[in-house]
Amino acid sequence: MRRSADDRVFRITTGMFAAIVLLLVIGIGFELWRQSMLSIDKFGFRFWTGRVWDPVSGEFGALPFIWGTLYSSFLALLLSTPIALGIAIYISELSPGMLRQPLAYLTELLAAIPSIVYGLWGVFVLTPIVRKLELLLPESLRRTPFFSGPPLGVGMGMAAIILSIMVIPFTSSVAREILKNVPIAQREAAYALGATRWEAIKVAIGFGKTGIIGAIMLGLGRALGETMAVTMVIGNNPQISPSLYAPQYTMAAVIANEFTEAADDLYLHALIEIGLLLFIITIFVNFISRFFIWTTKQRMVRPA
Amino acid sequence: MSNAWRRKIISAIAEGFCAIAVLLALIPLAMILFYVVKQGFTSLNWAFFTQMPKPVGEAGGGMANAIVGTLILIAIAALLAVPIGCICGIHLAEYPTSKFSSIVRFAADVLNGVPSIVVGMFAYIIAVLPVKRFSAFAGGLALAVLMLPTVVRTTEELLRLVPAGLREGALALGATRTSAVFTVIVPAALPGILTGVLVALARVAGETAPLLFTAFGNRFWSISLRQPIASLTQQVYLYANSAYDDWHRQAWAGAFLLVMIILTLSIIARLSVRRLERMNRP
Repeated sequence: MRRSADDRVFRITTGMFAAIVLLLVIGIGFELWRQSMLSIDKFGFRFWTGRVWDPVSGEFGALPFIWGTLYSSFLALLLSTPIALGIAIYISELSPGMLRQPLAYLTELLAAIPSIVYGLWGVFVLTPIVRKLELLLPESLRRTPFFSGPPLGVGMGMAAIILSIMVIPFTSSVAREILKNVPIAQREAAYALGATRWEAIKVAIGFGKTGIIGAIMLGLGRALGETMAVTMVIGNNPQISPSLYAPQYTMAAVIANEFTEAADDLYLHALIEIGLLLFIITIFVNFISRFFIWTTKQRMVRPA
Repeated sequence: MSNAWRRKIISAIAEGFCAIAVLLALIPLAMILFYVVKQGFTSLNWAFFTQMPKPVGEAGGGMANAIVGTLILIAIAALLAVPIGCICGIHLAEYPTSKFSSIVRFAADVLNGVPSIVVGMFAYIIAVLPVKRFSAFAGGLALAVLMLPTVVRTTEELLRLVPAGLREGALALGATRTSAVFTVIVPAALPGILTGVLVALARVAGETAPLLFTAFGNRFWSISLRQPIASLTQQVYLYANSAYDDWHRQAWAGAFLLVMIILTLSIIARLSVRRLERMNRP
């Protein structure tokens, strides 16, 4: 009797602490929404499609920032995905057993380096290198819209490179875990049919496809919200351009730069509304990512 | 026959690409560590640890206030996040299959994915807006929210590593659930949980974005929780954006210090987790 009473008290007390985590997620969403009401009421949908960001005249349109965030994340994934998957495949399928642990540890170290250190390195070391590369690009390519504008070093291309390096460890470690859990029978069956090593790996990738898409989306979630390093190298100029040379702006960067300067309530609420959108997008992306990873793992625990 | 050769060559090329991918990731890692050590280590001196920042344009000075500030901020974060996170982790490990547990676990994963700048905004709304003043407490609160999911998940994982025999033994001797958990199971996993907490602390010590409009930064000496406070990361950011060589030098020194702290803690954590796993192997 005493025992079951103790059990109930234990369950409820610890459960209340656990509920705090849940309440935090709900609380963040609610508070951001409450503190952006002024901007939501005044601009409505126009906020997302407007291109003018003019705090002095009280006109706020967030499209350039949304474009910058989505475009830089897309480019970063374009660069990071093949590399991250290559790393995952090398470590889980190809590398000698002795190298496996150290390589996994080293690639994951990339995730431990603070964003501000990436930014510092980006500004002082990588920007001059990128600028030299930009100057070397043939004239014929420079005439396309993707490379128009003066080669400054800082800009969209530079931001995409830094972001891709920062995203690699997240994607590769989850993809590696998925590959590791693919049932050995899948590969053995492929080998038995005369497959080469790469063909057997393709079978394993096919089996864990959903989970690997989840791993890529986890990286996307990171890229969308990354602030400091991007703020330091993207150039902070609100314009919508496909050019990798053009200085542009992201949602996280405008919050970082302007939040403490927001003099009136409408300005503050407009910035918080950008934060709210960032919150919703990243939750959505993470939700799908976790769901994909989870279903893949379920399938691997009890293979068909 | 030629088809078989073609397939073998494709396989070799693809395998080669994978090896190159590893190199492509290790190059930036090596470059970052090289520059941080090269520029940072040579810039470290006694003044960096003991002196205050000098006025704009004046050479010399150090980051004494920022180093202390970072320590205070992560202490606040730990005080808030560790008790909540650990008890939450205990709940998840004790009731692993309940519906509530899976919702909370999912919420922790979602919280882990929320961008740090958004968490900073939340802390601003909760702790800065009502009192109209930036404060060390608000900064610590933001960092606490950021480290909470890591503490929850490591606690849960490590508690699950504790052999079932320990729990059964405690219960067989007449222990209640509370006393079995707090006197037998948690102590068995404690070294691992502590290192997990260290890793989480190291990670938030490197955060900048959530501090910009909570802790705000401070050029002067301050250890008050109700006043704006300086931090290493924000000082590095400020100095990196400045136009003075001496400030750039100090920014690298700050980055070196940050990276060293984080590497040391993560290596300690790695070694002790490995020891724990070896201990638990049947």
